[in-house]
Amino acid sequence: MELTFFIYFAFMIATTSVMVVAVRNPIYSAVALLIMFFHVAGLYVTLHAEFLAAVQIIVYAGAILVLYLFVVMLLNLRQDDRYHRQWPMAAAVGLTLVIEAIILTVMKGWTAPVVATGTETTVQGTSNAGAIGDVLYTTYLFPFEVASLILLVAMIGAIMLAKKDIGGDAPQL
Amino acid sequence: MTIPLSYYLVLSSIVFLTGVVGVLLRRNIIIILLSVELMLNATNINFVAFSQYFHDVAGQVFVFFALTVAAAEVAVGLAIIIALYRAKSTINIDELQLLKW
Repeated sequence: MELTFFIYFAFMIATTSVMVVAVRNPIYSAVALLIMFFHVAGLYVTLHAEFLAAVQIIVYAGAILVLYLFVVMLLNLRQDDRYHRQWPMAAAVGLTLVIEAIILTVMKGWTAPVVATGTETTVQGTSNAGAIGDVLYTTYLFPFEVASLILLVAMIGAIMLAKKDIGGDAPQL
Repeated sequence: MTIPLSYYLVLSSIVFLTGVVGVLLRRNIIIILLSVELMLNATNINFVAFSQYFHDVAGQVFVFFALTVAAAEVAVGLAIIIALYRAKSTINIDELQLLKW
């Protein structure tokens, strides 16, 4: 049963991620990415990370992808040539990574690593969101604050970059 | 029965590889940013799979941080694309060669 769900989600994730790269129209590839995000969220649910599944849908599908679609429609793109001239380079890099993965898989075999005795368990008495919040606000409090600083800096930077004329020397549209 | 960890690793390596090929292959700069999102999602799948495997919630916390960085990257990247389009009226990376000598 679990295997059926995994195979479905994995197949859909792989197919839609290939579609993101292969489809010609940018809007179609953004929609393919949207479908992929939903299936990744489903995979998180099967991995007992329910809170992350919700966050994945809200943040990725709700915020990031809508931003992409806004920009695609704002720029009003023509459909242009598909692939870059350096596609032999891309094929070489991709092939190298594939061979590397195959060699590593064959060398290590399919044996699973030893299960470590984790310090904090995911679901012990409390909910998944509760466990994440527990760790996030105690052990990882400082990285959490740094992440908020990153978001502030990115917000200010995006506003300054996209603003029309700061100082008056920006090129006219 | 439970899914072996290696299945998740194979899946995320496929997605990551697709992202790498997309970054190297496409000319549209928006598709390149979408491929970066693919790679970030592949690492997130890895993190959650290991978190479930080791029964340690720290992996899911790190997915949070990756999500934050992805959001910041998208905001700044799209702002750069808009500024670039305003200046050069193209987003084809073959024509953006200002830094080449």
